[in-house]
Amino acid sequence: MTRYSIFSLARNALTGHKNWPQAWRSPEPKPEYDVIIIGAGGHGLGTAYYLAKNHGITNIAVLEKGWLGGGNTGRNTTIVRANYERTENELFYEHSLKLWETMSQDLNFNVMFSQRGVINLAHSDAQVDAFQRRGNAMILNGSDAMLLNPAEIKARAPHLDCSADARFPIKGGLLQPRGGTARHDGVAWGYARAADARGVDIIQNCEVTGLDISNGQITGVQTTRGAIKAKKVGIAVAGHTGHLATMAGMRLPIESHVLQAMVSEPVKPCLDTVITSGAVHCYISQSDKGELVMGGDLDFYNSYAQRGNFPRIEDVVSSVITMFPSFSRLRLMRTWGGVMDMSMDGSPIISKTPTKGFYINGGWCYGGFKATPGSAWVFAHTIANDEPHELNGQYRLERFQQGHMIDEHGAGPTPGAH
Amino acid sequence: MLEIKCPWCGPRAQTEFSYAGDATLTRPSLDTATETEWYEHVYLRGNPRGPHDELWHHAAGCRRFVKVRRDVTTHEIIATAGPHEHLGGGGK
Repeated sequence: MTRYSIFSLARNALTGHKNWPQAWRSPEPKPEYDVIIIGAGGHGLGTAYYLAKNHGITNIAVLEKGWLGGGNTGRNTTIVRANYERTENELFYEHSLKLWETMSQDLNFNVMFSQRGVINLAHSDAQVDAFQRRGNAMILNGSDAMLLNPAEIKARAPHLDCSADARFPIKGGLLQPRGGTARHDGVAWGYARAADARGVDIIQNCEVTGLDISNGQITGVQTTRGAIKAKKVGIAVAGHTGHLATMAGMRLPIESHVLQAMVSEPVKPCLDTVITSGAVHCYISQSDKGELVMGGDLDFYNSYAQRGNFPRIEDVVSSVITMFPSFSRLRLMRTWGGVMDMSMDGSPIISKTPTKGFYINGGWCYGGFKATPGSAWVFAHTIANDEPHELNGQYRLERFQQGHMIDEHGAGPTPGAH
Repeated sequence: MLEIKCPWCGPRAQTEFSYAGDATLTRPSLDTATETEWYEHVYLRGNPRGPHDELWHHAAGCRRFVKVRRDVTTHEIIATAGPHEHLGGGGK
């Protein structure tokens, strides 16, 4: 792997940038691997990278039905945060946030992680109290949090309507200064390049059509490019977790839903932090290209289609305009959808399964992107040791039967409500 | 926008309805069901990629539940019926 640096940039500039090597290979699948990861998004590629780097396992294939990073890794709103109240969640996401802080150096790939802060808005006095409590919980668990008053929020986001007669008046906000955004495609590319350099085979356009299981042990997978044997198979397929689990004869505590996101036309810098509102339910930031990136609720019905419907787009846009009236003159440039696997308690599942050697990583609901490095780190540990890492034992599949749900919002077993 | 044909009101916009989830589940008997049966009923879903039978509540209309068979890969609505009626078309 050619190391990216100011020197390699200068050297390649002298030859007109015509001699950059490919960032990763496109190998033919081998008949057998030690580990197969299904899904070449951030989570899957990161898992392969940490299996190689932390656990010395390099005979790995990452299988991808489409193109690398073409699923939810390239479809989210790029927000990175670790602002959870439940200890089980906060310790995990804080670990993930720490990995984000060193990711560009570790991968030698600029993922453009920008710690511009993430602000959750409070619209009632009760919500301010709840945020104070959550912020304290975050600090106690080793993370960072600051409670802001409306004047402090106004100073950070001048275009935000903080007036008393706003439709949803802003009473305060919880800021996580170390939160922010990252270049979402860059994360997949960075992990792909670093994993490939350690010998991992990334095989695109290779859809898994079946799992080979004998005597309760996984032995390989069937794909559109033939059968491939493996002693261990891990899936990191975002919204398609339920579909893959069906191949192993499992029903999961998951429903797949479509979540839309959208961007405005690019404008000059006007919002240098991330603003979210749980009450209005929308989240907005500005990309480095100047587009305002927005998202909101699910479409609220089961879907495996990577597109949604107009009522939700109208809903998200009206929420944004309620909060930022001056954005009403902007035109919407693009909208898209991704398939979320909504779990029954709103928390992910990173777990062994009843099938030996078959591991699942899913149930990410709205929040898979920020978890990418942490998820990959603990999933690699789980696969390598056949035991969960201390940070993902709580995300075991059996928790739903054992009554140990991690329900951050107390919404109960209604997947769309988390 | 989905257009859902309510058996009582005719074709109506999706925004008149709220989604009530998987229509294939049968509530276990209060008297005899085991904990495992309750777990399966409350938490586990088939979540098929293809035709999906689901319930929609006509909240801003007749306020009755409507059973809908919809292909979740295309959002095409294949059939609708009352909540206890059988749907046409091939699904599960």
